[in-house]
Amino acid sequence: MTTPDSRGGSYNFAYLDEQSKRMIRRAILKAVALPGYQVPFGGREMPMPHGWGTGGIQVTASIIGRDDVLKVIDQGADDTTNAVSIRNFFLRTTGVATTERTADASIIQTRHRMPERKLQEGQIMVFQVPIPEPLRWLEPRESETRTMHALAEYGIMHVRLYEDIARLGRIATAYDYPVQVNGRYLMRPSPIPKFDNPKLDRNPALLLFGAGREKRIYAVPPYTDVKSLDFEDHPFEVQSWDHTCALCGADDSFLDEIVTDDKGGRMFVCSDTDYCAERRTADGANAEAAE
Amino acid sequence: MTQPDGMILGGLGDPVHDSQRCFRGILDAMSRPARPVTLASPPDAPPGVAPATMAVLHCLLDQDTPLWLDPGLQARAARHISFHTQAPLVAEMSAASFILVGDGLQLPDLSCLPLGDPAYPERGATLLVQVGDLASGGALRFRGPGIDGTADLQIDGLAPEFWPAFAVNTELFPLGFDTILFAGTRIVGLPRTTLLEEA
Repeated sequence: MTTPDSRGGSYNFAYLDEQSKRMIRRAILKAVALPGYQVPFGGREMPMPHGWGTGGIQVTASIIGRDDVLKVIDQGADDTTNAVSIRNFFLRTTGVATTERTADASIIQTRHRMPERKLQEGQIMVFQVPIPEPLRWLEPRESETRTMHALAEYGIMHVRLYEDIARLGRIATAYDYPVQVNGRYLMRPSPIPKFDNPKLDRNPALLLFGAGREKRIYAVPPYTDVKSLDFEDHPFEVQSWDHTCALCGADDSFLDEIVTDDKGGRMFVCSDTDYCAERRTADGANAEAAE
Repeated sequence: MTQPDGMILGGLGDPVHDSQRCFRGILDAMSRPARPVTLASPPDAPPGVAPATMAVLHCLLDQDTPLWLDPGLQARAARHISFHTQAPLVAEMSAASFILVGDGLQLPDLSCLPLGDPAYPERGATLLVQVGDLASGGALRFRGPGIDGTADLQIDGLAPEFWPAFAVNTELFPLGFDTILFAGTRIVGLPRTTLLEEA
């Protein structure tokens, strides 16, 4: 583990100045008190472009402390470019311990997935959010969407989902599937696959969402009802696969399709690299024990 | 407003890390309501101000957060709080984003608290109330987001007229104020989503 002293003293702990952290912390507390409501905040310039997770990074920078253990994932993987660069950013600016193991992390920053392993009380998930407003593609005016949230007037979203059913026979949205939080605010869960939506419901961990470009923070407190929108005759359902993971054999995890050659070869593997590795290690241990 | 009174004591020993630890305590308290959270190594506090209260003021307040103090604290602690936080002290509760009540048995008129706007409910105030004691497993039963089922809490030294105001606040959701209770080094969060169950 790198010690905080190795930062060289050039930047404040976790990069942000203390006043920015205070402002973001106040926004986080109001977000927790208003589950699913997007709290505007004074988003700061970060040393990376928008779209790289600057919202999530500002949230993490405002909550992280020396005792934290940080995990960063991108599409479920710890070893992809976005995850590696954000993990390195916090290593350099805080010196905190990092991990790839979901169970060992106190803060998990994510882009586009939730870990397969069940989260625990006391853990915090930070989601990087590109577009926080669930109604934005239906109504481009912020003044209008704000009024819709104020009045809990979410009919246009139901119409959109209904139009899917009328034209395609099913709701076609596969990711960033709209949810209603605590029976009140309509929320975009960030571009996680709808496979992960059931994990949002009554999760023991605190879920924080940061949108850097749009300058919004929102939250789902632990044990809070999160319902994916649906219809009585078209209930919400998640993706399923005809395959199991080619590496660990899991039949309960979100699978990525990987093209292996130019002759049509392909394999399906877990998108959650930690879950997959843990299962393979356990299988190896079981096999050895059996011998 | 007249010049704030009282003495000035020391601030946070390690502003960056003390604030961070304190914030995680507050975040824990607000995201898991009605459960006492102990704040570690709180700073010096002037007479009438609990150590946990002072820690939270250091952590959350600055020049952007107008603060209303009750008359007792105005006389004894205003100078220290104002010096360390830089928060503007306001005479009208309706202009404050934080309201600090030194004694839970002497509540001000809670109907004057800012509750936010339907389009901007986050502008509702944060009410900070010092009480006699806080312990889990008491006679008050709460439910709501952040609570797995129900949470029982014992609060000593909080005037009974708090609860009608709290019930009205629940009805007004998403408008409303968010409450933090303080006793010694302990805090309890009661955000506007938390419901008090009828006995």
